[in-house]
Amino acid sequence: METVKSEAVIVIKDLVKAFGDKIILDGFNLTVEKGSNVVILGKSGSGKSVLIKCIIGLLQPDSGSIHVFNGNIPEMNEDELDQARSKIGFLFQSNALYDSMTIRENLEFPLLRHWVDIEKDEVDRLVNGALEDVDLLHTLDMMPSELSGGMLKRVALARTMILRPEVILYDEPTTGLDPVTSREIENLILKLQKKNHTSSIIISHDMNCVKNTADLVVLLLEGKCYAEGTYAELEQSADQNIKQFFE
Amino acid sequence: MTLIVRLKQFLDETGNVARFTGRFFSAGIKPRYESKELLNQCYNIGYLSFPLVGLTSFIMGLVLTMQLRPSLVDYGVESQLPVMVGLAIVREIGPVITALIFAGKIGSSIGAELGSMKVTEQIDAMTVSGIKPFKYLVATRVMATTLMLPLLTILGDGISLFGAYLGVNIRSVTSIDLFFLQVFKSLDFSDVLPAIIKTLFFGFAVGIVGCYKGFNSSKGTQGVGISANSAVVLSSVLIFIIDLLAVQITELLGLN
Ligand SMILES: Nc1ncnc2c1ncn2[C@@H]1O[C@H](COP(=O)(O)OP(=O)(O)OP(=O)(O)O)[C@@H](O)[C@H]1O
Ligand SMILES: [Mg+2]
Repeated sequence: METVKSEAVIVIKDLVKAFGDKIILDGFNLTVEKGSNVVILGKSGSGKSVLIKCIIGLLQPDSGSIHVFNGNIPEMNEDELDQARSKIGFLFQSNALYDSMTIRENLEFPLLRHWVDIEKDEVDRLVNGALEDVDLLHTLDMMPSELSGGMLKRVALARTMILRPEVILYDEPTTGLDPVTSREIENLILKLQKKNHTSSIIISHDMNCVKNTADLVVLLLEGKCYAEGTYAELEQSADQNIKQFFE
Repeated sequence: MTLIVRLKQFLDETGNVARFTGRFFSAGIKPRYESKELLNQCYNIGYLSFPLVGLTSFIMGLVLTMQLRPSLVDYGVESQLPVMVGLAIVREIGPVITALIFAGKIGSSIGAELGSMKVTEQIDAMTVSGIKPFKYLVATRVMATTLMLPLLTILGDGISLFGAYLGVNIRSVTSIDLFFLQVFKSLDFSDVLPAIIKTLFFGFAVGIVGCYKGFNSSKGTQGVGISANSAVVLSSVLIFIIDLLAVQITELLGLN
Protein backbone atom coordinates (compact mmCIF):
# COMPACT_ATOMS: atom_id res chain seq x y z
CA MET A 1 0.00 0.00 0.00
CA GLU A 2 1.52 3.26 -1.10
CA THR A 3 1.10 6.26 1.13
CA VAL A 4 0.53 9.57 -0.58
CA LYS A 5 1.88 12.53 1.32
CA SER A 6 -0.90 14.92 2.15
CA GLU A 7 0.81 17.93 0.62
CA ALA A 8 1.64 16.16 -2.64
CA VAL A 9 -0.86 16.98 -5.35
CA ILE A 10 0.54 14.82 -8.13
CA VAL A 11 2.44 11.60 -7.48
CA ILE A 12 3.63 9.65 -10.50
CA LYS A 13 5.14 6.21 -9.94
CA ASP A 14 6.92 3.96 -12.46
CA LEU A 15 5.05 5.35 -15.42
CA VAL A 16 5.54 3.40 -18.65
CA LYS A 17 4.11 4.40 -22.01
CA ALA A 18 5.02 2.99 -25.40
CA PHE A 19 3.61 3.48 -28.89
CA GLY A 20 4.02 0.13 -30.60
CA ASP A 21 7.54 -0.94 -29.76
CA LYS A 22 8.74 2.64 -29.30
CA ILE A 23 9.08 3.15 -25.55
CA ILE A 24 8.53 6.79 -24.69
CA LEU A 25 8.24 6.76 -20.89
CA ASP A 26 10.15 4.04 -19.11
CA GLY A 27 9.58 4.08 -15.38
CA PHE A 28 9.11 7.79 -14.80
CA ASN A 29 8.67 9.09 -11.23
CA LEU A 30 7.66 12.56 -10.10
CA THR A 31 6.05 14.24 -7.12
CA VAL A 32 4.54 17.72 -7.30
CA GLU A 33 3.99 19.43 -3.95
CA LYS A 34 0.99 21.67 -3.41
CA GLY A 35 1.63 25.23 -4.51
CA SER A 36 4.83 24.51 -6.39
CA ASN A 37 5.86 24.91 -10.01
CA VAL A 38 7.72 21.98 -11.50
CA VAL A 39 9.41 22.55 -14.83
CA ILE A 40 10.11 19.61 -17.09
CA LEU A 41 13.07 19.90 -19.40
CA GLY A 42 13.77 17.49 -22.19
CA LYS A 43 14.77 17.29 -25.81
CA SER A 44 12.19 17.52 -28.53
CA GLY A 45 10.50 14.14 -28.86
CA SER A 46 11.57 12.97 -25.42
CA GLY A 47 7.95 12.48 -24.35
CA LYS A 48 7.13 15.61 -22.34
CA SER A 49 3.78 16.15 -24.02
CA VAL A 50 3.01 12.45 -23.75
CA LEU A 51 3.71 12.65 -20.01
CA ILE A 52 1.23 15.43 -19.28
CA LYS A 53 -1.37 13.86 -21.57
CA CYS A 54 -1.13 10.77 -19.39
CA ILE A 55 -1.66 12.97 -16.34
CA ILE A 56 -4.89 14.45 -17.71
CA GLY A 57 -6.06 11.05 -18.94
CA LEU A 58 -5.90 11.75 -22.67
CA LEU A 59 -3.45 8.89 -23.04
CA GLN A 60 -3.65 5.63 -21.16
CA PRO A 61 -0.23 4.56 -19.82
CA ASP A 62 0.87 0.94 -20.14
CA SER A 63 1.70 0.67 -16.46
CA GLY A 64 2.41 2.76 -13.39
CA SER A 65 0.22 5.07 -11.35
CA ILE A 66 -0.62 8.77 -11.52
CA HIS A 67 -2.26 10.02 -8.36
CA VAL A 68 -3.81 13.45 -8.66
CA PHE A 69 -5.73 14.61 -5.56
CA ASN A 70 -5.35 11.03 -4.30
CA GLY A 71 -7.20 9.34 -7.16
CA ASN A 72 -5.34 7.19 -9.64
CA ILE A 73 -6.02 8.68 -13.09
CA PRO A 74 -5.45 5.54 -15.24
CA GLU A 75 -7.97 3.61 -13.17
CA MET A 76 -10.73 6.20 -13.17
CA ASN A 77 -14.00 5.84 -15.05
CA GLU A 78 -15.42 8.64 -17.20
CA ASP A 79 -17.29 10.40 -14.41
CA GLU A 80 -14.39 10.30 -11.99
CA LEU A 81 -12.11 11.58 -14.74
CA ASP A 82 -14.48 14.47 -15.47
CA GLN A 83 -14.52 15.27 -11.80
CA ALA A 84 -10.72 15.29 -11.60
CA ARG A 85 -10.36 17.21 -14.85
CA SER A 86 -12.58 19.98 -13.60
CA LYS A 87 -9.77 20.82 -11.18
CA ILE A 88 -6.96 20.49 -13.72
CA GLY A 89 -6.14 23.10 -16.35
CA PHE A 90 -4.34 22.06 -19.50
CA LEU A 91 -2.55 24.31 -21.96
CA PHE A 92 -2.03 22.53 -25.27
CA GLN A 93 1.26 22.97 -27.09
CA SER A 94 -0.77 23.64 -30.23
CA ASN A 95 -3.23 25.93 -28.36
CA ALA A 96 -6.18 23.85 -29.61
CA LEU A 97 -8.57 26.79 -29.73
CA TYR A 98 -11.93 25.97 -31.33
CA ASP A 99 -11.54 27.60 -34.71
CA SER A 100 -15.23 27.69 -35.50
CA MET A 101 -15.97 29.81 -32.42
CA THR A 102 -15.17 33.40 -31.49
CA ILE A 103 -12.69 34.10 -28.73
CA ARG A 104 -15.59 34.83 -26.37
CA GLU A 105 -17.25 31.50 -27.17
CA ASN A 106 -13.94 29.70 -26.76
CA LEU A 107 -13.71 30.99 -23.20
CA GLU A 108 -17.40 30.58 -22.38
CA PHE A 109 -17.55 27.00 -23.58
CA PRO A 110 -15.72 25.32 -20.66
CA LEU A 111 -17.37 27.71 -18.18
CA LEU A 112 -20.90 26.86 -19.24
CA ARG A 113 -20.09 23.17 -19.20
CA HIS A 114 -18.55 22.99 -15.77
CA TRP A 115 -20.88 25.39 -13.99
CA VAL A 116 -24.23 24.66 -15.48
CA ASP A 117 -26.29 27.28 -13.64
CA ILE A 118 -23.81 30.10 -13.80
CA GLU A 119 -25.35 33.57 -14.35
CA LYS A 120 -24.83 35.39 -17.64
CA ASP A 121 -23.26 38.41 -15.85
CA GLU A 122 -20.84 36.18 -14.04
CA VAL A 123 -19.80 34.51 -17.31
CA ASP A 124 -19.16 37.92 -18.90
CA ARG A 125 -17.21 39.07 -15.88
CA LEU A 126 -14.99 35.97 -15.87
CA VAL A 127 -14.42 36.05 -19.64
CA ASN A 128 -13.51 39.73 -19.60
CA GLY A 129 -11.29 39.25 -16.59
CA ALA A 130 -9.42 36.33 -18.13
CA LEU A 131 -8.83 38.24 -21.36
CA GLU A 132 -7.72 41.34 -19.50
CA ASP A 133 -5.12 39.23 -17.71
CA VAL A 134 -3.53 38.43 -21.05
CA ASP A 135 -4.15 41.92 -22.49
CA LEU A 136 -6.46 40.77 -25.24
CA LEU A 137 -9.84 42.18 -24.28
CA HIS A 138 -10.17 43.80 -27.71
CA THR A 139 -10.17 40.38 -29.42
CA LEU A 140 -13.37 39.29 -27.66
CA ASP A 141 -15.46 39.00 -30.82
CA MET A 142 -12.73 37.96 -33.24
CA MET A 143 -12.19 34.51 -34.65
CA PRO A 144 -9.01 32.57 -33.81
CA SER A 145 -7.94 32.77 -37.47
CA GLU A 146 -7.68 36.56 -37.13
CA LEU A 147 -5.08 36.42 -34.34
CA SER A 148 -1.33 35.97 -34.46
CA GLY A 149 0.42 32.90 -33.04
CA GLY A 150 1.45 34.66 -29.84
CA MET A 151 -2.03 36.07 -29.33
CA LEU A 152 -3.51 32.61 -29.76
CA LYS A 153 -1.18 31.25 -27.13
CA ARG A 154 -2.34 33.96 -24.72
CA VAL A 155 -6.01 33.26 -25.46
CA ALA A 156 -5.35 29.57 -24.84
CA LEU A 157 -3.77 30.52 -21.53
CA ALA A 158 -6.79 32.59 -20.62
CA ARG A 159 -9.04 29.65 -21.46
CA THR A 160 -6.93 27.35 -19.29
CA MET A 161 -7.00 29.70 -16.34
CA ILE A 162 -10.62 30.76 -16.45
CA LEU A 163 -11.87 27.77 -14.45
CA ARG A 164 -9.37 28.55 -11.66
CA PRO A 165 -7.95 25.04 -11.65
CA GLU A 166 -5.98 23.81 -8.66
CA VAL A 167 -3.47 22.14 -10.92
CA ILE A 168 -2.30 23.51 -14.25
CA LEU A 169 -0.30 21.60 -16.85
CA TYR A 170 1.39 24.03 -19.24
CA ASP A 171 2.82 22.65 -22.47
CA GLU A 172 5.34 25.27 -23.58
CA PRO A 173 3.53 28.41 -22.43
CA THR A 174 6.10 30.90 -23.76
CA THR A 175 7.28 29.26 -26.97
CA GLY A 176 6.86 31.59 -29.90
CA LEU A 177 6.34 34.70 -27.81
CA ASP A 178 8.52 37.81 -27.73
CA PRO A 179 10.56 38.35 -24.54
CA VAL A 180 8.21 41.03 -23.22
CA THR A 181 5.10 38.91 -23.59
CA SER A 182 6.98 35.90 -22.25
CA ARG A 183 7.77 37.87 -19.12
CA GLU A 184 4.09 38.78 -18.75
CA ILE A 185 3.08 35.14 -19.09
CA GLU A 186 5.65 34.12 -16.50
CA ASN A 187 4.31 36.75 -14.15
CA LEU A 188 0.80 35.52 -14.75
CA ILE A 189 1.83 31.97 -13.88
CA LEU A 190 3.49 33.22 -10.70
CA LYS A 191 0.52 35.39 -9.82
CA LEU A 192 -1.86 32.46 -10.11
CA GLN A 193 0.48 30.30 -8.10
CA LYS A 194 0.47 32.84 -5.29
CA LYS A 195 -3.15 33.88 -5.44
CA ASN A 196 -4.85 30.50 -5.88
CA HIS A 197 -2.09 28.34 -4.52
CA THR A 198 -1.99 26.54 -7.84
CA SER A 199 0.37 23.64 -8.42
CA SER A 200 1.79 23.43 -11.91
CA ILE A 201 3.82 21.35 -14.26
CA ILE A 202 5.43 23.54 -16.89
CA ILE A 203 7.09 22.16 -19.99
CA SER A 204 9.52 24.66 -21.38
CA HIS A 205 12.63 25.12 -23.47
CA ASP A 206 12.79 28.79 -22.61
CA MET A 207 15.51 28.98 -19.95
CA ASN A 208 14.40 32.43 -18.84
CA CYS A 209 10.95 31.05 -18.18
CA VAL A 210 12.44 28.07 -16.39
CA LYS A 211 14.61 30.28 -14.23
CA ASN A 212 11.76 32.61 -13.30
CA THR A 213 9.01 30.10 -12.63
CA ALA A 214 10.57 26.86 -11.45
CA ASP A 215 10.58 25.73 -7.83
CA LEU A 216 11.84 22.38 -9.06
CA VAL A 217 13.41 21.43 -12.39
CA VAL A 218 13.19 17.87 -13.70
CA LEU A 219 15.12 16.56 -16.66
CA LEU A 220 13.33 13.92 -18.71
CA LEU A 221 15.81 11.71 -20.53
CA GLU A 222 15.25 8.31 -22.11
CA GLY A 223 11.87 8.02 -20.49
CA LYS A 224 13.14 8.50 -16.97
CA CYS A 225 13.57 11.32 -14.52
CA TYR A 226 17.28 11.83 -15.14
CA ALA A 227 17.89 14.69 -12.73
CA GLU A 228 15.88 16.76 -10.31
CA GLY A 229 16.76 19.94 -8.41
CA THR A 230 16.35 23.68 -8.25
CA TYR A 231 17.42 25.79 -11.20
CA ALA A 232 20.55 26.86 -9.35
CA GLU A 233 21.48 23.29 -8.50
CA LEU A 234 21.13 21.98 -12.02
CA GLU A 235 22.89 25.01 -13.46
CA GLN A 236 25.98 24.07 -11.43
CA SER A 237 25.96 20.47 -12.59
CA ALA A 238 28.95 19.14 -14.47
CA ASP A 239 26.93 16.38 -16.12
CA GLN A 240 27.01 16.89 -19.89
CA ASN A 241 23.37 15.83 -20.32
CA ILE A 242 22.26 18.54 -17.92
CA LYS A 243 24.76 21.19 -18.92
CA GLN A 244 23.63 21.33 -22.52
CA PHE A 245 20.30 22.84 -21.48
CA PHE A 246 21.92 25.67 -19.59
CA GLU A 247 24.44 26.75 -22.21
CA MET B 1 -0.56 -12.14 -49.83
CA THR B 2 -1.55 -8.53 -50.40
CA LEU B 3 -5.07 -9.72 -51.03
CA ILE B 4 -5.19 -11.28 -47.58
CA VAL B 5 -3.75 -8.13 -46.06
CA ARG B 6 -6.33 -6.06 -47.90
CA LEU B 7 -9.11 -8.34 -46.75
CA LYS B 8 -7.90 -8.12 -43.16
CA GLN B 9 -7.77 -4.32 -43.38
CA PHE B 10 -11.27 -4.28 -44.80
CA LEU B 11 -12.61 -6.50 -42.02
CA ASP B 12 -10.81 -4.44 -39.37
CA GLU B 13 -12.30 -1.28 -40.79
CA THR B 14 -15.77 -2.82 -40.90
CA GLY B 15 -15.41 -3.88 -37.28
CA ASN B 16 -14.28 -0.40 -36.27
CA VAL B 17 -17.16 1.31 -38.04
CA ALA B 18 -19.54 -1.15 -36.38
CA ARG B 19 -18.04 -0.38 -32.98
CA PHE B 20 -18.29 3.33 -33.69
CA THR B 21 -21.94 2.86 -34.60
CA GLY B 22 -22.50 0.88 -31.41
CA ARG B 23 -20.97 3.72 -29.47
CA PHE B 24 -23.41 6.11 -31.11
CA PHE B 25 -26.32 4.06 -29.83
CA SER B 26 -24.90 3.47 -26.37
CA ALA B 27 -23.40 6.86 -25.56
CA GLY B 28 -24.50 9.27 -28.25
CA ILE B 29 -28.22 9.29 -27.79
CA LYS B 30 -28.41 9.31 -24.01
CA PRO B 31 -29.35 12.57 -22.32
CA ARG B 32 -28.30 15.25 -21.80
CA TYR B 33 -28.82 16.32 -25.35
CA GLU B 34 -26.84 18.96 -27.12
CA SER B 35 -30.02 20.40 -28.58
CA LYS B 36 -28.58 23.79 -29.51
CA GLU B 37 -25.73 22.17 -31.40
CA LEU B 38 -28.17 19.75 -33.03
CA LEU B 39 -30.23 22.66 -34.39
CA ASN B 40 -27.07 24.33 -35.58
CA GLN B 41 -26.03 21.18 -37.41
CA CYS B 42 -29.49 20.71 -38.93
CA TYR B 43 -29.15 24.21 -40.32
CA ASN B 44 -25.64 23.58 -41.69
CA ILE B 45 -26.35 20.12 -43.00
CA GLY B 46 -29.92 20.47 -44.15
CA TYR B 47 -30.76 24.06 -44.98
CA LEU B 48 -27.43 24.93 -46.55
CA SER B 49 -27.54 21.82 -48.78
CA PHE B 50 -30.93 22.71 -50.17
CA PRO B 51 -29.80 24.91 -53.09
CA LEU B 52 -27.45 22.24 -54.40
CA VAL B 53 -30.00 19.45 -53.99
CA GLY B 54 -32.67 21.64 -55.61
CA LEU B 55 -30.54 22.44 -58.63
CA THR B 56 -29.40 18.88 -59.29
CA SER B 57 -32.91 17.49 -58.75
CA PHE B 58 -34.39 19.97 -61.18
CA ILE B 59 -31.90 19.15 -63.92
CA MET B 60 -32.27 15.44 -63.30
CA GLY B 61 -36.06 15.54 -63.65
CA LEU B 62 -35.83 17.56 -66.83
CA VAL B 63 -33.13 15.43 -68.45
CA LEU B 64 -34.72 12.15 -67.45
CA THR B 65 -37.97 13.19 -69.13
CA MET B 66 -36.25 14.30 -72.31
CA GLN B 67 -34.31 11.04 -72.49
CA LEU B 68 -37.32 8.82 -71.85
CA ARG B 69 -39.65 10.41 -74.39
CA PRO B 70 -38.21 8.90 -77.62
CA SER B 71 -38.51 5.33 -76.33
CA LEU B 72 -42.06 5.88 -75.17
CA VAL B 73 -42.95 7.49 -78.51
CA ASP B 74 -41.55 4.39 -80.27
CA TYR B 75 -43.89 2.22 -78.26
CA GLY B 76 -46.73 4.60 -78.75
CA VAL B 77 -47.21 5.23 -75.04
CA GLU B 78 -46.08 8.84 -74.86
CA SER B 79 -49.05 9.62 -72.67
CA GLN B 80 -47.47 7.46 -69.97
CA LEU B 81 -44.45 9.76 -69.73
CA PRO B 82 -45.49 11.49 -66.47
CA VAL B 83 -46.21 8.13 -64.83
CA MET B 84 -42.89 6.59 -65.85
CA VAL B 85 -40.87 9.61 -64.80
CA GLY B 86 -42.78 10.02 -61.57
CA LEU B 87 -42.20 6.43 -60.53
CA ALA B 88 -38.53 6.49 -61.45
CA ILE B 89 -37.92 9.70 -59.53
CA VAL B 90 -39.85 8.89 -56.39
CA ARG B 91 -38.84 5.28 -56.02
CA GLU B 92 -35.19 5.29 -56.96
CA ILE B 93 -33.49 8.15 -58.69
CA GLY B 94 -34.59 10.91 -56.33
CA PRO B 95 -33.45 9.21 -53.10
CA VAL B 96 -30.22 7.84 -54.52
CA ILE B 97 -29.07 10.94 -56.40
CA THR B 98 -29.94 13.19 -53.47
CA ALA B 99 -28.06 10.87 -51.12
CA LEU B 100 -25.00 10.81 -53.37
CA ILE B 101 -24.96 14.60 -53.69
CA PHE B 102 -25.40 14.74 -49.91
CA ALA B 103 -22.54 12.29 -49.36
CA GLY B 104 -20.31 14.41 -51.58
CA LYS B 105 -21.15 17.68 -49.89
CA ILE B 106 -21.79 16.71 -46.27
CA GLY B 107 -19.75 13.52 -45.91
CA SER B 108 -16.60 15.28 -47.03
CA SER B 109 -17.21 18.37 -44.95
CA ILE B 110 -17.85 16.35 -41.78
CA GLY B 111 -14.77 14.22 -42.48
CA ALA B 112 -12.60 17.27 -43.05
CA GLU B 113 -14.01 19.31 -40.17
CA LEU B 114 -13.70 16.60 -37.54
CA GLY B 115 -10.40 15.49 -39.05
CA SER B 116 -8.87 18.92 -38.65
CA MET B 117 -10.32 19.26 -35.17
CA LYS B 118 -8.68 15.96 -34.35
CA VAL B 119 -5.22 16.85 -35.67
CA THR B 120 -5.24 20.31 -34.07
CA GLU B 121 -6.18 18.67 -30.75
CA GLN B 122 -9.50 20.52 -30.50
CA ILE B 123 -11.22 17.23 -29.77
CA ASP B 124 -8.75 16.58 -26.94
CA ALA B 125 -9.38 20.10 -25.69
CA MET B 126 -13.09 19.31 -25.45
CA THR B 127 -12.42 16.12 -23.54
CA VAL B 128 -10.25 18.02 -21.08
CA SER B 129 -12.94 20.67 -20.56
CA GLY B 130 -15.50 18.05 -19.59
CA ILE B 131 -17.34 18.11 -22.91
CA LYS B 132 -18.08 14.71 -24.39
CA PRO B 133 -16.84 15.10 -27.96
CA PHE B 134 -18.70 12.00 -29.02
CA LYS B 135 -21.95 13.50 -27.90
CA TYR B 136 -21.25 17.07 -28.89
CA LEU B 137 -19.67 16.43 -32.30
CA VAL B 138 -20.69 12.98 -33.47
CA ALA B 139 -24.18 12.42 -32.10
CA THR B 140 -25.43 15.83 -33.23
CA ARG B 141 -24.05 15.43 -36.75
CA VAL B 142 -25.33 11.88 -37.20
CA MET B 143 -28.79 12.85 -35.96
CA ALA B 144 -28.80 15.86 -38.25
CA THR B 145 -27.83 13.87 -41.35
CA THR B 146 -30.40 11.18 -40.50
CA LEU B 147 -33.18 13.73 -40.11
CA MET B 148 -32.24 16.10 -42.90
CA LEU B 149 -31.65 13.72 -45.80
CA PRO B 150 -35.27 12.48 -45.90
CA LEU B 151 -36.48 16.09 -45.87
CA LEU B 152 -34.08 17.05 -48.63
CA THR B 153 -35.17 14.01 -50.62
CA ILE B 154 -38.85 14.94 -50.36
CA LEU B 155 -38.13 18.50 -51.44
CA GLY B 156 -35.78 17.25 -54.15
CA ASP B 157 -38.42 14.85 -55.48
CA GLY B 158 -40.89 17.72 -55.73
CA ILE B 159 -38.42 19.87 -57.64
CA SER B 160 -37.49 16.93 -59.89
CA LEU B 161 -41.13 16.41 -60.75
CA PHE B 162 -41.42 20.07 -61.60
CA GLY B 163 -38.38 19.66 -63.87
CA ALA B 164 -40.10 16.66 -65.43
CA TYR B 165 -43.23 18.72 -65.99
CA LEU B 166 -41.19 21.28 -67.92
CA GLY B 167 -39.57 18.41 -69.83
CA VAL B 168 -42.95 17.08 -70.89
CA ASN B 169 -43.96 20.54 -72.04
CA ILE B 170 -41.05 20.93 -74.42
CA ARG B 171 -42.76 18.76 -77.02
CA SER B 172 -46.37 18.63 -75.96
CA VAL B 173 -48.61 20.73 -73.80
CA THR B 174 -49.91 19.50 -70.46
CA SER B 175 -51.27 21.60 -67.66
CA ILE B 176 -49.39 21.38 -64.39
CA ASP B 177 -52.56 20.15 -62.67
CA LEU B 178 -52.99 17.33 -65.10
CA PHE B 179 -49.33 16.35 -64.91
CA PHE B 180 -49.29 16.08 -61.16
CA LEU B 181 -52.68 14.39 -61.10
CA GLN B 182 -51.33 11.71 -63.42
CA VAL B 183 -48.16 11.29 -61.35
CA PHE B 184 -49.91 11.05 -58.00
CA LYS B 185 -52.56 8.70 -59.29
CA SER B 186 -49.87 6.26 -60.34
CA LEU B 187 -48.00 6.55 -57.04
CA ASP B 188 -48.90 4.26 -54.21
CA PHE B 189 -48.18 4.55 -50.53
CA SER B 190 -45.90 1.56 -51.03
CA ASP B 191 -43.89 3.51 -53.59
CA VAL B 192 -43.33 6.51 -51.38
CA LEU B 193 -42.83 5.13 -47.89
CA PRO B 194 -40.01 2.62 -48.48
CA ALA B 195 -38.21 5.21 -50.59
CA ILE B 196 -38.32 7.74 -47.75
CA ILE B 197 -37.43 5.19 -45.09
CA LYS B 198 -34.32 4.13 -46.94
CA THR B 199 -33.12 7.75 -47.02
CA LEU B 200 -33.08 7.66 -43.22
CA PHE B 201 -30.48 4.92 -43.50
CA PHE B 202 -28.60 6.73 -46.25
CA GLY B 203 -28.42 9.80 -44.03
CA PHE B 204 -27.30 7.76 -41.05
CA ALA B 205 -24.56 6.12 -43.13
CA VAL B 206 -23.26 9.47 -44.41
CA GLY B 207 -23.15 10.87 -40.88
CA ILE B 208 -21.54 7.87 -39.22
CA VAL B 209 -18.92 7.38 -41.92
CA GLY B 210 -18.00 11.08 -42.05
CA CYS B 211 -17.63 11.24 -38.27
CA TYR B 212 -15.74 7.95 -38.10
CA LYS B 213 -13.25 9.03 -40.74
CA GLY B 214 -12.79 12.43 -39.14
CA PHE B 215 -12.41 11.06 -35.63
CA ASN B 216 -9.77 8.61 -36.80
CA SER B 217 -7.88 11.05 -38.96
CA SER B 218 -4.12 10.69 -38.90
CA LYS B 219 -1.83 13.62 -38.23
CA GLY B 220 -1.19 16.31 -40.79
CA THR B 221 -3.01 18.01 -43.63
CA GLN B 222 -2.73 14.91 -45.73
CA GLY B 223 -4.52 12.92 -43.05
CA VAL B 224 -7.42 15.39 -43.12
CA GLY B 225 -7.61 15.17 -46.91
CA ILE B 226 -7.67 11.39 -46.78
CA SER B 227 -10.43 11.48 -44.17
CA ALA B 228 -12.61 13.72 -46.28
CA ASN B 229 -12.01 11.74 -49.40
CA SER B 230 -12.51 8.29 -47.93
CA ALA B 231 -15.64 9.49 -46.13
CA VAL B 232 -17.23 10.30 -49.50
CA VAL B 233 -16.08 7.09 -51.15
CA LEU B 234 -17.18 4.80 -48.34
CA SER B 235 -20.53 6.50 -47.76
CA SER B 236 -21.31 6.46 -51.51
CA VAL B 237 -20.64 2.74 -51.68
CA LEU B 238 -22.73 2.20 -48.55
CA ILE B 239 -25.61 4.09 -50.13
CA PHE B 240 -25.70 1.60 -53.00
CA ILE B 241 -25.39 -1.37 -50.64
CA ILE B 242 -28.24 -0.08 -48.48
CA ASP B 243 -30.25 0.55 -51.64
CA LEU B 244 -29.70 -3.05 -52.70
CA LEU B 245 -30.76 -4.34 -49.28
CA ALA B 246 -33.78 -2.03 -49.25
CA VAL B 247 -35.10 -3.35 -52.54
CA GLN B 248 -34.76 -6.93 -51.29
CA ILE B 249 -36.57 -6.11 -48.07
CA THR B 250 -39.45 -4.30 -49.75
CA GLU B 251 -39.78 -7.24 -52.10
CA LEU B 252 -39.85 -9.70 -49.22
CA LEU B 253 -42.48 -7.60 -47.51
CA GLY B 254 -44.51 -7.64 -50.69
CA LEU B 255 -44.42 -3.88 -51.06
CA ASN B 256 -43.12 -3.90 -54.60
N1 LIG C 1 -0.36 9.43 -30.52
C1 LIG C 1 0.90 9.03 -30.78
N2 LIG C 1 1.11 7.91 -31.51
C2 LIG C 1 2.37 7.48 -31.78
N3 LIG C 1 3.48 8.11 -31.37
C3 LIG C 1 3.33 9.23 -30.64
C4 LIG C 1 2.04 9.75 -30.30
N4 LIG C 1 2.19 10.88 -29.58
C5 LIG C 1 3.53 11.06 -29.47
N5 LIG C 1 4.21 10.08 -30.09
C6 LIG C 1 5.68 9.92 -30.13
O1 LIG C 1 6.17 10.07 -28.82
C7 LIG C 1 7.37 10.79 -28.81
C8 LIG C 1 7.31 11.89 -27.81
O2 LIG C 1 6.38 12.86 -28.25
P1 LIG C 1 6.06 14.17 -27.43
O3 LIG C 1 5.05 14.92 -28.18
O4 LIG C 1 5.76 13.83 -26.02
O5 LIG C 1 7.45 14.94 -27.48
P2 LIG C 1 7.85 16.26 -26.70
O6 LIG C 1 8.86 15.88 -25.68
O7 LIG C 1 6.65 16.95 -26.23
O8 LIG C 1 8.57 17.07 -27.86
P3 LIG C 1 8.44 18.63 -28.24
O9 LIG C 1 9.35 19.36 -27.34
O10 LIG C 1 8.91 18.66 -29.65
O11 LIG C 1 7.03 19.00 -28.10
C9 LIG C 1 7.61 11.25 -30.22
O12 LIG C 1 8.62 10.44 -30.78
C10 LIG C 1 6.33 11.02 -30.94
O13 LIG C 1 6.57 10.61 -32.25
MG1 LIG D 1 5.58 18.54 -26.83
